[in-house]
Amino acid sequence: MGRYLLRRLAFLAVSLVLASVVLFVLLRLLPGDPANALTSVGASPEQIAAARHSIGSDRPLPEQFTHWLGQLAGGDLGTSFVSSLPVGPEVTARLNVTVPLTLAAFVLAVLVAVPVGFVAAHKRHTWYGALLSGISQLGMAVPVFWLGMILIAVFALNAGWLPSGGFPQDGWAAPADAVRSLVLPVVTIALVMSASLIRYVRSATLDVLGSDHLRTARALGASFPAAMWRHGLRNASVPVISVLGIELASTLLGAVVVESVYALPGLGSLLATGIAQHDYPVIQGVLFVSTLAVLLIGFAADLVQRIIDPRLRGRLSGGAR
Amino acid sequence: MTTTDVLDKAPAAAPVRGGRRRSATLLAGCTLTGLIALLALVSLVWLPYATDDTSGGRLAGPGGGHLLGTDKLGRDLFTQLMTGSRIALAAGLGSVLTAALIGVTLGVLAAFAQGWLDDTLAAFLDILIAFPTLLLAMLVVAARSATLGSAVLAIGLAQSAVVARLVRILVKRVLAQDYITAARTSGTSWPRTVAGHVLPNIWPTLVVNLALQFGLAVLAEAGLSYLGLGAPPPNASWGRMLQEAQATFTTAPAGALAPGVLLVLLVVGVNLIADGLRDTLDPATRQRRS
Repeated sequence: MGRYLLRRLAFLAVSLVLASVVLFVLLRLLPGDPANALTSVGASPEQIAAARHSIGSDRPLPEQFTHWLGQLAGGDLGTSFVSSLPVGPEVTARLNVTVPLTLAAFVLAVLVAVPVGFVAAHKRHTWYGALLSGISQLGMAVPVFWLGMILIAVFALNAGWLPSGGFPQDGWAAPADAVRSLVLPVVTIALVMSASLIRYVRSATLDVLGSDHLRTARALGASFPAAMWRHGLRNASVPVISVLGIELASTLLGAVVVESVYALPGLGSLLATGIAQHDYPVIQGVLFVSTLAVLLIGFAADLVQRIIDPRLRGRLSGGAR
Repeated sequence: MTTTDVLDKAPAAAPVRGGRRRSATLLAGCTLTGLIALLALVSLVWLPYATDDTSGGRLAGPGGGHLLGTDKLGRDLFTQLMTGSRIALAAGLGSVLTAALIGVTLGVLAAFAQGWLDDTLAAFLDILIAFPTLLLAMLVVAARSATLGSAVLAIGLAQSAVVARLVRILVKRVLAQDYITAARTSGTSWPRTVAGHVLPNIWPTLVVNLALQFGLAVLAEAGLSYLGLGAPPPNASWGRMLQEAQATFTTAPAGALAPGVLLVLLVVGVNLIADGLRDTLDPATRQRRS
């Protein structure tokens, strides 16, 4: 396991470097000079040249890249072209909204999906097992922003229990308001996420329920809960964990639509603004931080899977292949 | 058990017993999808009102010459819903075709990789998949412009990673079979082996997955349009209709509900088709689930 950890960490570092190269190159492929964002329409060539010089976009690409890497190594995400403010603190401020939102939604989704998915598989021949499967099927077809609109209409506009959007100006300095403003967004993401998670849990449970080792355990006299606990849970959780990792990572940035519905100042909306303004340092900063998060989540998921399933330990990444 | 197995198998239908219920799933799916397709087809030759007819009065309720009422500009809602169905279907179809073309090619090539290259490719696809479709789409839209074509290209590209990963694993499994060795030993070239033996064997699972991707693409296009990054006005995309109706949800609920209901119907429809196809096409699941 120690050797695996070393190899996996090296893999993590290489992936991060590769990802930053890809990120940098992809962004430079976008048409339009970022200096355009700084100058007004009809600026003279001299003004444009001055703007390009001030942000360094007139220098050769490799030089720009090493400059960026040097900044990153010092923990500096650069300075926004548009607002001239450092990107790092802005990203941190946005993470203060997005991370609690994502984590709370994720935990809630898992708490709903695991028991529901298990019951949907175990009791699949009963009416409520079928009903649970049906509801999750329907849930997978609901656009997340529409669910958000409906929840706002019902719980904010009609009942007036919760704010319809926005985040307190003071952020977490006003904890009660901050929590209240995140309740509906969290529920929105959690409901949509759990709809698809239920399917995965149900499918993994079905595989385990039909497996030989569970039947053998039962034949040897173990009660159903005992057999499930000793043999079922471990086997069912391996595939579910890899899905959980992907879901968590994609929600981190995928929350952009929900952030838009609820007017939350999160990471996704920062990226959306950055893209609209061709603000490279902001786009690069957000994508770099999220790539790091995606890689770390993948790392954690791999590690947990290996602790649960020793058969995977020879493999570098991913579930059993 | 692999990630892709789970991804692929997970959205299965409730267990089915016998052919009658199996075809019922497929039939229900075809009916729902067919209704939307019918709406789109009719809209090509006939619409209740012209798309730019704003004579209806603003935010009129249902009835009085307008089946579902009008939007904030006085345009007939049902007319917009009909033209919106064309965009939804085009987005789904275009994205899936793009994803299939790129994903199958990449997946087959990746399946031949060995050793560290294999590990790296697998990990690369995993990372790519973790990046939300919407973000990639925003980048593409920023590079080009907000059109239906950009949206379809972006969604297709994002989905091709999912398809590539699935195809890679399926092809690897087929390549390990004895009949491939037999074909190769008897002198069949690799391209012919892939076309004659590999693709036909991964076809059922692939089709089911593409049907699921269709539904996801429809949802992704709606999300993009909601953010103002899809088909530009005056095209009535369901996502943009919802965005426009959000402010008047409580006073004119029809406009904020009807496009969402149609979206759900279409996506449930294609998901049911996927489930029905899975049970019909794949003998393994048929046996396992009955």
